[in-house]
Amino acid sequence: MNIQELAQDVPRVGDNDIEGIDFITSGEQYLTFILEQEQYAVDILCVEEIRSWEPPTKIPNSPEYVKGVINMRGIIVPILDLRLKFNIGQPSYTEVTVVIVLTLESEQQSRTIGFVVDAVSDVLNADESDIKKAPAFGGCVPQHYVEGLVNVGDNVVTLLNVQSLQALEPHQLN
Amino acid sequence: MSVDLSQFIPTFLEESFEGLALMESSLLSLEVDDNETIHSIFRAAHSIKGGAGTFGFDKVTEFTHLVETLLDEMRDGRRVIASADIELLLESVDCIRLLIESARDQSGYDEAKVAQTSQALSKSLSQGASLPGAENTPESEGEAEPDAVQWQISFIPGHHLVKTGNDPLLLFNALADLGPLELSAQASELPSLSDMDPQELYLSWHLVLTSAASEAEIREVFEWVEDECQLELAQLSGQGKQDKESCNSPPDVTTSGEQVTAEELAEPTTIAAADKSPEKKPEKAQVKNKQDAGSIRVGVDKVDNLINLVGELVITQSMLSELGNDFELSKLERLTSGLEQLLQNTKELQESVMRIRMLPISFAFNRFPRLVHDLSKKTGKAIELVINGEQTELDKTVMEQIGDPLVHLVRNAVDHGIEPAEIRKAKGKPEQGTIKLDAYHLGGNIVIEIKDDGGGINKEVVLNKAIDKGLVEASSNLSESQIFDLIFEPGFSTAKELSDISGRGVGMDVVKKNIQSLGGRIQIESEQDKGSTFRVNLPLTLAILDGQLVRVGSEIYVIPLIAIVESLQAKAELINRVSGDMLLYRLREDNVPVLPIYQLFSLPADTTEVENSLLVVVEADGQKVGLMVDDLLAQQQVVIKSLKDNYQQVDGISGATILGDGSVAMILDIPGMIQLAMKSAQKNQAQHYSANVLAGETV
Amino acid sequence: MTKILVVDDSNSIRDMVSFTLKGAGYETVEARDGREGLNTAQGGGFDLVISDVNMPNMDGISLCQALRELPAFKFTPILMLTTESSGDMKQRGKAAGATGWLVKPFNPEKLLATIKRVVR
Repeated sequence: MNIQELAQDVPRVGDNDIEGIDFITSGEQYLTFILEQEQYAVDILCVEEIRSWEPPTKIPNSPEYVKGVINMRGIIVPILDLRLKFNIGQPSYTEVTVVIVLTLESEQQSRTIGFVVDAVSDVLNADESDIKKAPAFGGCVPQHYVEGLVNVGDNVVTLLNVQSLQALEPHQLN
Repeated sequence: MSVDLSQFIPTFLEESFEGLALMESSLLSLEVDDNETIHSIFRAAHSIKGGAGTFGFDKVTEFTHLVETLLDEMRDGRRVIASADIELLLESVDCIRLLIESARDQSGYDEAKVAQTSQALSKSLSQGASLPGAENTPESEGEAEPDAVQWQISFIPGHHLVKTGNDPLLLFNALADLGPLELSAQASELPSLSDMDPQELYLSWHLVLTSAASEAEIREVFEWVEDECQLELAQLSGQGKQDKESCNSPPDVTTSGEQVTAEELAEPTTIAAADKSPEKKPEKAQVKNKQDAGSIRVGVDKVDNLINLVGELVITQSMLSELGNDFELSKLERLTSGLEQLLQNTKELQESVMRIRMLPISFAFNRFPRLVHDLSKKTGKAIELVINGEQTELDKTVMEQIGDPLVHLVRNAVDHGIEPAEIRKAKGKPEQGTIKLDAYHLGGNIVIEIKDDGGGINKEVVLNKAIDKGLVEASSNLSESQIFDLIFEPGFSTAKELSDISGRGVGMDVVKKNIQSLGGRIQIESEQDKGSTFRVNLPLTLAILDGQLVRVGSEIYVIPLIAIVESLQAKAELINRVSGDMLLYRLREDNVPVLPIYQLFSLPADTTEVENSLLVVVEADGQKVGLMVDDLLAQQQVVIKSLKDNYQQVDGISGATILGDGSVAMILDIPGMIQLAMKSAQKNQAQHYSANVLAGETV
Repeated sequence: MTKILVVDDSNSIRDMVSFTLKGAGYETVEARDGREGLNTAQGGGFDLVISDVNMPNMDGISLCQALRELPAFKFTPILMLTTESSGDMKQRGKAAGATGWLVKPFNPEKLLATIKRVVR
């Protein structure tokens, strides 16, 4: 793959630029972000846009983690709070709270969903061999959301499975 | 030169289906000695055949040929038009449609039906079945490469040849394409100058052509003039006496130069063979894809109008940007008027764009003459179908989705509405029943009426049936329209036994569901022994909705205007608290349950007391409810966006829209909200809580 | 440039014929039936007319007769589009002054090869 092709694959970014992307690289790239001091990552090719938080329009009787919907250039995009969804700590919505908008493709459907996180941190390069299987116990994040773990220096980053993120469980009345 | 024919196939398919529809409707209205109608039916068949042949739909060509031959006999008066023929032709129209659809989708078709109809057609043809396409077979089917031979051609044209527009020189050019040509002209016939007519031709020619072409190919060049000339052909060299033989003979000695010419020539003449060749296949697959995308035929006037509007928009835009270049307050007035202009332009543009998707409802109505014709035969009831307002336009998507419900309603009218002739006679009604289809615009909606002059709906029978089926309580006191609405309940059917016509598969409940999913509603009016009217009220388009904006707490919701009965300020003395905590508001005769949106959607709201609050009275499924809101805002058209694309269906919400300030507002789904309220009330009752929201009175 | 009038009530056939001719460098003008064709033809300047036979309003045979009466079309080649089922159509076409005929179905190659017999 040459640089031009790679550059085309790198998503456009919105309000916040991702700096220091190392284009010349092997392996996959992941966008890392922070939830309650922990590092998580998603496949960078799914990232549509990074936006700052704005209060969305509420969806009646939706689960608590569904914050509502916003208008992104004429498209109605639901906003989910991962901190609430994974039950890790109490969310706060401040000036620096960001929303990562992901376009998640599956065979049946392509969905664009925004996820509220505490902050976006970095771009991570990881070969398949770098990705370790996650231990099958403990943690608040349900097992099927976790793709694997990657060691970065002294830290461990949790790779999230985008397919699982896309599969919204239908919510019930209250 | 190669032209990709596949690009014309969608047009061909479209006009073929139109042609078939025309054939069908013309056949149904055909009367004896109506030669003009026969002509137009013939032309439609003829066009389909011609196009099908050109685009390689051989089965269509073959079948349509039979139809065309039959029509030709009728047209020429060689055949008296019998009603059996009409039935046969109607069957044939179905078959052609099947064949075209099968060619388009590359799928199978009902071969037995086509074979049967095709046999019936052949039998019906007075001169027996002429083999279709036989005259069409290419002349040179032999794969073998013929050798070049010398042909001696004597060509003595008639004097008036040029008056037919033929030009000998061009004919010779065409001949020269077949191979090297030598020619000499003979001027012996040339009269003296005084006797000569400059518009006549007096020359004749002697030609020598060296070519591998067959005699037939050479004669083809002179095809158009053979009656106006003496043409003699003789072979000077070569082994075969007749061109056919030379054509089929295996190649022994080949001379390369001429051979190329022969190959080039062979290609255009073997049309039928080329059509079967494998490289045509992807072409057909493409057609299917294009079909899936869907297309609309738009009148040129609509497009022109659009272009005009865009022109105006551009002018307004340039005026505004010029104004903005160095803006000062003195130009404020011009800015305001410019912005007004822009608003106007945008509105007109939006309307025009929407109009492009609008088609006359005749597209949905045109199948009914045939349907009623067939049903009338099947049931033995004489029925006249009267159609009005066919030119009323509505959105293409709505049209596509309303077709089946309408068919069901018409079937229902024939089957359950119109009585058998003897009963009608006994009632003193004309023996022939009438079904009227009517369409008209009312406000921002289209109303479609299906009206029959049949027996009407027997309220008692309906009510008893519903009680038997456990759909309503025996004690319940229902209004007339509530009783009529019972026939839309799932599991309800008034016919003693399921009939072949309307009792199959879908029921009236599905009809109602489909209409509601389009954002419409259906009402019934009926009078015993006089007949029934089913009135379907639909939005003109699914993309735009006239809405009332309301505020509940910090949220803004859109209520579809079509559902709103009235808005009012609740007067304390008209509020009744009944059976626990259910609130009823007395609206003239009705007791309207109050539905506080904040409660239903679990929101914080300004007012939680119903006294003096604002009620928007809406109606769905014949049920009125008062939606409690904090504030009434503007009425405006909103563009409907789906929540399902990126999220999922939400109970009580039909979609979302983007408001002028860029924020998102939810559009309320009134029937959905009522159901939601019922569900939550039931849940509450089950949990021994007092019902604090609407408790349904009927279920 | 060689200018050709194409008259056919079928959009697909008319499009196909016109597209093919344009692709081969001819200029085309289209008409949807005989009457429209005759109106268009009044302007003159056509080197060839290709017309369907069966059309509403005015059929191809009548169009051909009417055109031949116009001085500008006295020698202009007129080709009729026919099908094999209209067997005597060729005779009727001839009688009306048609130059020749093209038997449907035909493909673009055949069309171009054939009209070379009547236009330069």
